[in-house]
Amino acid sequence: MDRPFTIKVENCGSEFRCPSGDRLLHAMERQGRQAIPVGCRNGGCGACLIQVTEGDYRTGPMSARHVSAEGRQCGLALACRVYPQSDLTVRLAERSSTDQTP
Amino acid sequence: MAISGVLRPGYVQLRVLDMKEALQHYRDRIGLDVVATGDDGRVYLKTYDEFDHHSIILRPADDAGMDYLGFKVASEDVLDGFRDKLIRAGLEVIDVPAGEQPRLGRRVAFIAPTGHRIELYATIERADNSPMTTNPDLWHAEPRGMKPIRFDHCLIYGDDIDGAAEVFTDILGFSLTEQVLTPDGTKVAIFLSCSTKAHDIALVRFEGKNKLHHCSFLLESWNDIGHAADIMTRYNMSVDIGPTRHGITRGQTIYFFDPSGNRNEVFCGGYAFYPDNPVRTWHTEEVGKAIFYYERALNDRFMTVVT
Repeated sequence: MDRPFTIKVENCGSEFRCPSGDRLLHAMERQGRQAIPVGCRNGGCGACLIQVTEGDYRTGPMSARHVSAEGRQCGLALACRVYPQSDLTVRLAERSSTDQTP
Repeated sequence: MAISGVLRPGYVQLRVLDMKEALQHYRDRIGLDVVATGDDGRVYLKTYDEFDHHSIILRPADDAGMDYLGFKVASEDVLDGFRDKLIRAGLEVIDVPAGEQPRLGRRVAFIAPTGHRIELYATIERADNSPMTTNPDLWHAEPRGMKPIRFDHCLIYGDDIDGAAEVFTDILGFSLTEQVLTPDGTKVAIFLSCSTKAHDIALVRFEGKNKLHHCSFLLESWNDIGHAADIMTRYNMSVDIGPTRHGITRGQTIYFFDPSGNRNEVFCGGYAFYPDNPVRTWHTEEVGKAIFYYERALNDRFMTVVT
């Protein structure tokens, strides 16, 4: 089995492991860590918005209301839809005001 | 009093990020039946025990949330009456011709003061697989998944819940059944009934407009709530909280999320409401017990996680 990736959360200095093929937020929860806020866990609510500052990852479907196409290119992602492909360094991101608009 | 105006919540259209995952959730896990698929990609579903053609509409989209919530009214005349009243109250009415959804008649839509699109309709065809009516067995084939009986209600979040509640009570004839009040008397949660249910729609005060908190399905018993919980764990579904009970409505419940992040509820029980019943009031100091009767505390997600 592949070595699990190490995920560092800058804001709180927290560190946890994410097995290959697993979602970042789900791995965090299973290890009893609370570094990133947990919402719907399925890409819809925006609670777990992060900025990936280092490392490779792919993403599953995420609400465009919370992560725009430009945001994605700048490393914004919902942690519940992030599949790490390497060790990652992330930090909590400010939710934009656009998620308040109807 | 007979129910002669608005009968019940009849349908809700939800936006989903991935239809394949959404169908696995609503069809295979919850146990709804797919009744139609539109050329535009929308999928129409119903529970085994609903007579009308469909109650849940899933629309593929790039975000999650609720497009609109439809209430069935008693007749076309009643629909016209509500249309006139809405216009007289200064609300802009949108007329949707019959056939925009399969087997659904004309609709009268308006935007509530909370930003939600609410629709009224009187005519929808019976589903081909609607429940038996002569010497009726319980079902044609045993229900699947969580065995939901009906789409029951939605809880919606928005800013002007007082204004929205006024439309439901003063124009559409709903009754206030329960409320949560702050010390200065501000309503932060409002529960409204158009029937003998403890709620047919609920509203919570929230910064912003047009948010969905949850879409709820009725199950038969506490045992079925347990069975639903077993399914959620077996398939690693995203659970918010439960099984537990609400103080408000007294329903026994689980909150969980669909694969696009829309919150669902399965619940059973709750009291019967009659229009002469007094309003039940909770104070914000007791809001934990009001929302989650066993935990006696709100979880953060209840107030902040919406689509």
